[in-house]
This record gives sequence, C-alpha cells and structure tokens, in this order.
Amino acid sequence: MLRYTLSRLLGAIPTLLILIALAFFMIRVAPGGPFDTERALPPEIEANLRAAYHLDEPLYQQFARYLGGLMRGDFGPSFQYKDFTVTELIGTGFPVSLRLGGSAILLALLIGVTVGTIAALRQNTRTDYTVMAVSMTGISIPNFVMAPLLILLFAVTLGWLPAGGWGGGAWNHMLLPVIALALPQVAYISRLTRGSMIEVLRSNFVRTARAQGLPERTVILRYALKPALLPVMSYLGPATAAVITGSVVIEQIFGVPGLGRYFVQGALNRDYTLVMGVVVFYGVLIILFNLVVDLFYAWLDPKVKY
Amino acid sequence: MSLLTVNRLNVRFHTPDGEVHAVRDLSFAMAAGETLGIVGESGSGKSQTMMAVMGLLAANGRVEGSVCYRGEELVGMPVAQLRAIRGRKISMIFQDPMTSMNPYMTVFDQMAQVLIHHEGLSRRAARSRCVEMLEAVRIPEAGRRIDMYPHEFSGGMRQRVMIASALLCRPDLLIADEPTTALDVTVQAQILDLMREVRREFGTAIILITHDLGVVAGLCERVLVMNGGQEMESGPVRDIFYRPQHLYTRALLAAVPRLDEQEIRRLATIEAAGGARAAANSLATEAGEAAAPGETVARSEPDPSAPPLLDVSDLRVHFRLTPPSLFAAAPLLKAVDGVDLVLRPGETLGVVGESGCGKSTLARAVLRLVPATTGRISLLGDDITTLDRLAMRTHRRDMQVIFQDPLASLNPRMTVGDIVAEPLHTHYPRTPRKEVRDRVSRMLTRVGLGPQIINRYPHEFSGGQCQRIGIARALVLEPELVVCDEPVSALDVSIQAQIVNLLMDIQAEMNLALIFIAHDLAVVRHISHRIMVMYLGRVAEISDRVALYERPMHPYTQALIRSVPIPDPDRERDKAYRPLQGDLPSPVDPPSGCAFRTRCPHVVARCAEEVPVLRQVGDSLVACHEAERVRAAIDRGEAA
Repeated sequence: MLRYTLSRLLGAIPTLLILIALAFFMIRVAPGGPFDTERALPPEIEANLRAAYHLDEPLYQQFARYLGGLMRGDFGPSFQYKDFTVTELIGTGFPVSLRLGGSAILLALLIGVTVGTIAALRQNTRTDYTVMAVSMTGISIPNFVMAPLLILLFAVTLGWLPAGGWGGGAWNHMLLPVIALALPQVAYISRLTRGSMIEVLRSNFVRTARAQGLPERTVILRYALKPALLPVMSYLGPATAAVITGSVVIEQIFGVPGLGRYFVQGALNRDYTLVMGVVVFYGVLIILFNLVVDLFYAWLDPKVKY
Repeated sequence: MSLLTVNRLNVRFHTPDGEVHAVRDLSFAMAAGETLGIVGESGSGKSQTMMAVMGLLAANGRVEGSVCYRGEELVGMPVAQLRAIRGRKISMIFQDPMTSMNPYMTVFDQMAQVLIHHEGLSRRAARSRCVEMLEAVRIPEAGRRIDMYPHEFSGGMRQRVMIASALLCRPDLLIADEPTTALDVTVQAQILDLMREVRREFGTAIILITHDLGVVAGLCERVLVMNGGQEMESGPVRDIFYRPQHLYTRALLAAVPRLDEQEIRRLATIEAAGGARAAANSLATEAGEAAAPGETVARSEPDPSAPPLLDVSDLRVHFRLTPPSLFAAAPLLKAVDGVDLVLRPGETLGVVGESGCGKSTLARAVLRLVPATTGRISLLGDDITTLDRLAMRTHRRDMQVIFQDPLASLNPRMTVGDIVAEPLHTHYPRTPRKEVRDRVSRMLTRVGLGPQIINRYPHEFSGGQCQRIGIARALVLEPELVVCDEPVSALDVSIQAQIVNLLMDIQAEMNLALIFIAHDLAVVRHISHRIMVMYLGRVAEISDRVALYERPMHPYTQALIRSVPIPDPDRERDKAYRPLQGDLPSPVDPPSGCAFRTRCPHVVARCAEEVPVLRQVGDSLVACHEAERVRAAIDRGEAA
C-alpha cells in the first residue's frame, strides 16, 4: 500500500511538470502583461518593475527560476496584491474553497446515493421516473444559471438568505453557494447509483442472499450497497476536483473570497505568479484526490490489492 | 405426509414480446429424505419451477397452482413468512459458484448472516457453527479460511462453501440448480460425493436440477424429465434409464455420447425422434440426417503413411505476469511447457484436461494467435513458428478455428452472409461477387442452414444455429486444419449431438484434420482418433481413443475417466471410486518433478525429483515413472 502510494506520487511528477510548463508558456503567450493599465506607465518605471520581477530575462531563464522557487515551496510574489506572496493568498483562499466544495460534495453524496437507491428499488415506477426527470434537469442546467435563479428566489423574492458575501463562513451565507455547487453532482451521483444498484440487485449473489431468507434491508444495505457504490467512488475523485474548481464561477457570483476568485482576477490582470500558483495547486489537488479515491477503492473491493 | 407437493404449477412471464408460458401444469410430490432429479435442456422450465417454489421469480413472473411444503401453501404466502422458510427449511444452491457469493464480503460475514437472521445468534456464536459446517464440507483449515473472500477460493471450494451456507440451519430440502455444471469433471465428482454424504449425514431431501443425465444416474432416486415447461416423464431412476416410455426421454438418452460404449454410434438428434423441439430448429432439420440415429457408422481413419499436416515439437508458451510488488521479479506462467504433437490429414486429435491445463493456449499457439516462447510449429512442411504477419497470412487459409461461445464469436453488426464471406474477402480479395455468393450459399447449405439466411443477423439464431454459422465461416476457405476450442460445451445435448455429427460428416467429406478441445471426455472420445491428456501445461498421455479409455496408463487419465458420470444408474452406483482430491496446483508455482504428484494416489519418492518424460508403454505414450505398476494395480482391481 505504502509502496503503491509512493510510486503513484513519483509518477505524478512528470504530469505536474507538463502542467506547469503548459500553464507557464501559455499565459506568457496571452497578449498583455501584468503592468498594462489604462494609463500607460512611464517606460523607465515599467522597465524597473520588469527588472524587479525578472521579467526582462529570457523566458527559459524565468521558467528555470520559477521551477527553482517551486522546489523550495515558493510560489513567488503576487504582481497584483503587492503586499502578499502567492503562498499567502492561497493560504487565505483555499480554506474557504475547501469548505464550500467539501460541503457540496458531501451533500451531493448523501442525497445522490439515497435518492439513487430509492429510484433503483422502485425501478420503472412513478417515483423512479420523477427522480430521474428531476436529476436530468439538474444535469442540464449549468450552475451559472442555477445560482442567479437561487438568489432570485431565496434572497430577492423570499428574502430568507443573503444574496452574497461570506460572512466569515456563517451557515446562511454558505447555504446557497453549496446548493448551487451540489445540485449537478446530486443529479449525476443519483443516476450513477441507480444504474449500478439495479445491476447489483440483479446479480447472482443478491439472489443467493434472498434465497437464504435474509430480510430486504440486510440484502440492500449489507450486500448490495457497497458494490453499487464502486462506480460512484471512481467518479468522486474527478467530481471533488470539479466542485472545487467549479467553484470559480460560484465564488464569483456569490462574492465568496475563495481560491477561485483569485484565479479569475489573476487571469484577468495577467498576474502571472498568482495564476501559476493556483494552477499548480489545483493540479496537485486533483492528483491527490484521484490517489485517495484509488486507495479507498482498494479498501472497498477486496480483489484490488496494491 | 409428503415434504413438498407441487400441484398444477404454471409460471408465466409477461415480456414486451408477449407472454412466455415457462412452466405448464407441472405436478410432483416428494417425500422427506428423497432425492429427485429434474432433467431438461435449457428453456425446459426446470429452474423456473424451483424459483417459483422459493418465491424468487423475476418481477414479471406470475405463478398459478399450488406448492405445499409440509402442508403449508407457499404460493401467495406473504414474503415475510416465506423468508422464515427460505434458507432455514428449504435452501438453494446455484450453478455458478463464482458469482453466487458476494465478492465484497468475507465468507464468514456471509455465512453468519444466515444464522443471525434465522436463529438470532450473535456473530461470536455463529462463528463456531460456521467453522463446524465448513469442516463438514471438507474445507481445509476452515478456521483460518473462513475470514477470506470468495475470490481466494477455487471454484470447487466455493461450491463447498455454498453448500455449507445452505446447510447451516439444517434444512429439510436442498434445491441444487446445476450445482456442478461450471466445474471440471474431477471437481464435479468431489461435489457429487459431498452431496451423497450430506444426504446420508443430515437426511436432507435433495432436488437436483441438471441437464446431465450422468449426474442424475448416480445420485437420484427419482427422475422428472421436462421439456418446454411440461413434464415428459417421471419415475424411479432405473425405469427412466432402462425403460424410458416417452420419445423425448429416449431421444435425450440417445443424444449423449457415452464413455462406456464400444462402437461409434451416430448421435441421435431430438428432431429425428420427433420431439417438441422440431419447430424451434426447423432450419436445422434441412441438414438431412444421412444415417439414422443410433446406427453405428464406419469411421474414416486417417492414412498413417501420409506426411504429417501439422508437426509441433517442444512447444512452450510462457507468460510474464505482473510482478506482485515494485521490485519483485515477474512470475512466469508456463501455460504450455514442452508439447510435441503430430497430426495427419483427416485425423482428429482430442485434447482434454481440467481448466487451466493449457489446452486453449496450446490451440492458440498452434494457430499463431499467441507467440510461442520456444519450439517449432510446422504446417504442411513449412516452419511457421516465426513468420511475420504478412507471410503468416497465406498459411492462415489452411488453418481455421471454431470458438466456444457461438453467439459472441460472430460480429453482431454483420449479416450472416458477410460473416461467412469475410475469410474469402480477406484471403482472395479479387474473387468475383457472384462466386463469393455461390460459395457462401453452398457452405451455408452444407452446414444445414440454407442460403435464404444470408441477410439475417446472428442474434436471430439459436446457439446451435450460430455454431453452424461459425463452422461455415471456418470451412469456406476449405482449410486443411480446423481447431475447435470447446465448440459444443455451451450447447444443449441434443444440439451438441447435431454439431458433433456435422463436424464428423464434414471431416469425412473434406479430409479435414481437427484439433478438438473439450472438457467433456465422452464427446472427445466420440469424435477423436487420438486423444492427448494435458496436465499443467504438459502432456500426461497420448493414445488412440480405444486404448485411452480401455487401458488408461497415466493415473491422471484414470482419475479423469472415472470422474465422468455414466448415464447408467447401476454402473454408476457400482463405481467404487474415491474422486481425485484437491484442486489443480497453481501453474505459476507447479510442484517439482511430476506436476501431478500432489494429487496422485500412486506417488513415490522419485516423482518429486524427476520430471517424467513421455515414453511408450503398451499402446500409449505416457509421462509417468510408475505407469507399469499403476496399470498392473488397476488390472488387479485395486481401486485407486
């Protein structure tokens, strides 16, 4: 297990290097620079600034310098938020994004699995059709449409919840963004659970359990649920990453001070180091989530051994 | 009072294509402790009858009639009440022990559930009962193995575990639905032995559902023959086998090749006997049965002076497996480990052995579908061992293959005409279209299907018909050699008989050489001239068909032959024989010396040290140090 984890982590290094190189050169290719403002700076000042941030060096030197910094865990200074390093910005933004995304994925898992199981047990009945129709709608509506609709209903019309802001993470501020993030995942997870649960309920070992006279509750919870969750588990790695990166849009709409907001603003302002920092951080995160899911899979399925 | 009475049972399924009447007016009764065999081909309703008894029919199934267990009506009983009977009074085991256990739970967790729910035991209390029961079904080291997962057991061991789980609450009735069909003959013999023991020790009544008449002959007291959802005939086992009344029963008995027969008899097909199947296979009847069923036929013998068609020497196929850890060496699986064989035109070589013995890998290596690690394969005098793809292509015309799963081996998106024409297009791309069509039509007619089906798709045909299409595809190039990898093992006995007859007819006509791989020794004996017995990648014995079955030299051959149940109640019950113990050792880590020594009843010290070479003993080539002594012991009548 430990050996497997280590080899997976070693294997992630080339992936990360490719990611870093792609992001580094692509943002440099994008027109404009960090010091382009509406009022052009005097050329001498801009030259000074460029020298201070080593932007006057050849690109490969800058890349080497950046990699060297990364080795020491240094993401470099932000061009925009001049008083902060990128590490500090990620340090303040990530806990917020994690809390938002984590809550959303947990909520999605809980509701999705329950609803999916119920739909599978009542396969081809009205309950099943309703659940599946609703979840299809959930998948089809993008969250940048869902979020304003939620705000319109719960904040503007009903006035129950605040329309935006973080409020230091108070539950009433979290509720709407979490729901907006979770909804498409609920829909997807419930469909996934329903499909695999139907398949498992048809399997021979479930027939055996029923032939042994076990109560239906035991058959479903002890025999069928675990295998039915396997496909959900493999979806969960990419889903968690998607929810945290997907919160880029949601954080912007609800004005949540998370990592996503820095990402968007960094990209708009050509804040090279900030964008790079967030990209690398997301990359590591996605690799880690996938690894965790694979390790979890081994725990669920006794046939998988590392 | 009888234990179970089934009265005018009807089972219907509502499907989008209309109603399927799976069981029609079936009635039978059985007494406590009795063993009843229900025999029928697929679709005969035998399994659905038992699912109806257990209340386990699919949601679209409807039951009419009555099923009484000790006077209690089971049809229409509320599920909650039924659950108290399932697994406690009536237990059921199923065909496929690989999928019938939950792969995500340990054996103990699964077994314990039964006791927790039916007897209210705690897990602790359940444990000792479960271990006891596993010991009763002869699971070695039961106390340790109970905490393992199903995939860590072999197929035979899993079926033992299933039987143990079924017996935990000491039920009155055990329903076994094809319990040995997925197992090798040697393991089948072990499981049947265990079921006899269960009956003796626990007095459990058994309903054995099977398609194999041999299994019924040895185990059951009474037999019920089913076809098309109806009872054809029922009665004491000796009456059914020695004085069958119904045409269908007679046809079924005549359709199975038997190990204890002297002559080759043409296998009867059910249509010829006017059975109820005629409608379903009307296309196949056009094949025109040349000889009447049951008639003995003169077998064409290959010319022994003809130059060999296929000459394989010292063939080895080794696979590197994934290493168990990052730095460990990759283990070597020696699937085929030094096989020599010679095949002459018009000859059939049968290859038998338990699953995992390397028979399919051997076939694939001969066809160059997997690369040979070392050795030499020559076809018609040309060495083809290392030819590249392009050079190989011209030789592929002469060697074709027929696969096990008839439907899966045909492309579902191609019409029958295209499937059969494809080899022609590949090897002779410039053949005029009319000629292709003519050859395809002729071939389809030859295999008994007729040219009118060329525009239809494989899924429209039954298993037997699909296998005929597969045969037509293999023969359209008029090859010299056809490798048949378990071509009839997925088919019902009557269909199996048709396909075997067809292959034998075509062989005589085209002077084909066949390599016929099968696990059914009776079928292999029926079709082959010579037979090769394989064990763990090596040849144990090669002999001609008569000598092999009459005077088997290798202890493994003897064990295999004795494991085959004979469809004859008296002879089957007289067989004083203890089945071969244990499972096939892992081919990754085979025993030293003779690979069979771990299961051999005649083992001596030399067996562990020296690998036996194939040598001539009597009429056979045998790889056993002790062949003469073993043979003599058998002749003196000492049971192995």
